[in-house]
Amino acid sequence: MDTMSENVISLRNVTKIFSDFPVLHELTFDIKRGSITTLLGFSGAGKSTLLKHILGLLKPTSGDVIVLGQNVVALEGTALKEFRQNFGMLFQYAALFDSLTTFENVAFPIREFTDFTEEQVEQKVSELLTSVNLSDKTYYKLPSELSGGMRKRVGLARALALQPAIMLYDEPTTGLDPITTKMVNELIVQTAKNNRARKMTSVIISHDIKATLQISDYIAFLHRGRVVEYLPSAEFKKSSNPLVREFVDL
Amino acid sequence: MKRLKKVAKPIEHIGDVVLSTLKEMGKMTKFLYLFFYWVTKPPYRTALFFEQLYFIGNKSLFIIILSGLFTGMVMAYQTYFGFKMISVDSLVGPVVALTMAKELAPVLSGLIVSGRAGAAMAAQIGTMKVTEQVDALEVMGIDSFQYLAVPRIIAGTISLPMLSIIFQLVGNTGSWFVGTKALMIDDAMYYSKLSDFMFIEDLYQGIIKSFFFGFLISLLGTYFGFSVTKGAEGVGKGTNLAVVWGMITILISDYFLTSILIRIL
Ligand SMILES: Nc1ncnc2c1ncn2[C@@H]1O[C@H](COP(=O)(O)OP(=O)(O)O)[C@@H](O)[C@H]1O
Ligand SMILES: [Mg+2]
Repeated sequence: MDTMSENVISLRNVTKIFSDFPVLHELTFDIKRGSITTLLGFSGAGKSTLLKHILGLLKPTSGDVIVLGQNVVALEGTALKEFRQNFGMLFQYAALFDSLTTFENVAFPIREFTDFTEEQVEQKVSELLTSVNLSDKTYYKLPSELSGGMRKRVGLARALALQPAIMLYDEPTTGLDPITTKMVNELIVQTAKNNRARKMTSVIISHDIKATLQISDYIAFLHRGRVVEYLPSAEFKKSSNPLVREFVDL
Repeated sequence: MKRLKKVAKPIEHIGDVVLSTLKEMGKMTKFLYLFFYWVTKPPYRTALFFEQLYFIGNKSLFIIILSGLFTGMVMAYQTYFGFKMISVDSLVGPVVALTMAKELAPVLSGLIVSGRAGAAMAAQIGTMKVTEQVDALEVMGIDSFQYLAVPRIIAGTISLPMLSIIFQLVGNTGSWFVGTKALMIDDAMYYSKLSDFMFIEDLYQGIIKSFFFGFLISLLGTYFGFSVTKGAEGVGKGTNLAVVWGMITILISDYFLTSILIRIL
């Protein structure tokens, strides 16, 4: 797979210490451009912490984080804020702005960061909402009036609004019922497909091993602040690492 | 040794309280600094500012009017019966007006706005924190402090003086009504004493105070909103702290502000 030969995210000897305890420990690992890569690990393994380092929301105690050719550790202020516009993120509970309607939530980043006319905004928003299978019946509803699955879709549409180079999903299916879980997983794959031409990378945090094996190109296993296994999905399933086996055989 | 431990425990506890209070004050100072840093930086979010101004006014106006009216009315009664004993009952008007202008209007509207708008600020921001809406802003590259705290603090600072003036106007109307209709002070006398003893300068102290209280309330409301870390319980706690500290600091700072303003005005 030639399109995936480039690294879009590189972590080099990243250590993060929270009150004397290393949550990330000399972690080194690369994510390939255009891939769907999943970070697996037990709760408290440091997965969310790793994600925050990629976004520059946290700075490592030592080590380097290189994303899209930029050293995130060195970015500050406006440069860091501009850097973040390369990302879209789907939060566990969607994190929609609860005082804004579906339409306004999706329009929010567009109004904030482009000089689109109101007509262009409208067109873009309906395009995005259609791409996550939401009809115009939901446009003027508030998040509190939407189901959990619908909220996820609005959150995804909002995250995709500025055509991010990297889409991040923090435990996208944790706490959802099986049907909604299936829907969200399908949506992740569909979204990756829709954005394949521009080589969007998807990084997922999960502990849903079954879905991870189905949808990921690569899987990394995080344990005690290190990546202990990192393989293409098909090979990961056959890994002989006892920790991975424990997870896979669950 | 055992006895020593018994003595050490309460001292340790006092030490803990002192240290955590100092730590909190340090964090608040940093928060204050952030406000002055971000308030000068574009983008200036005027739409959010007006939204907050409307929100604070909307939340508090009715209670301000109601409280102002009844405070003025009861003040008229209380001063009247005291003043009648020394036959200066015609001074009810200016005494109520001066007390209103210098103390009651800024302090009582401050307490009301703290309970309504200060609490609401903490609850809104706290909820946004625990539901990751604040993180969502940050991931988009929007500074959550500038987006959420700055418009609220400016709106709070500007709206309290306005509400306090409304409180006074309504309060004086109530006092006039009780004074002339129920206590039968002569209407013309009420006005002439009012204009003899009450000057425009008498408003300054109260206005300066209410600017300060408005700033304090919204600073504490947003601070305790941002300090929420987990769950619905955390939001409740943050809201509660915002109100308690808002009220306490209004009453304490009122004393110090009065002692300073009385000298310089
Ligand atoms: N801001 C922080 N301060 C202190 N400790 C933290 C902080 N964030 C996370 N941790 C700790 O780091 C560890 C890993 O957390 P996290 O990255 O959220 O794990 P995961 O997402 O894999 O469940 C946990 O023990 C957590 O308590
Ligand atoms: Mg996590």
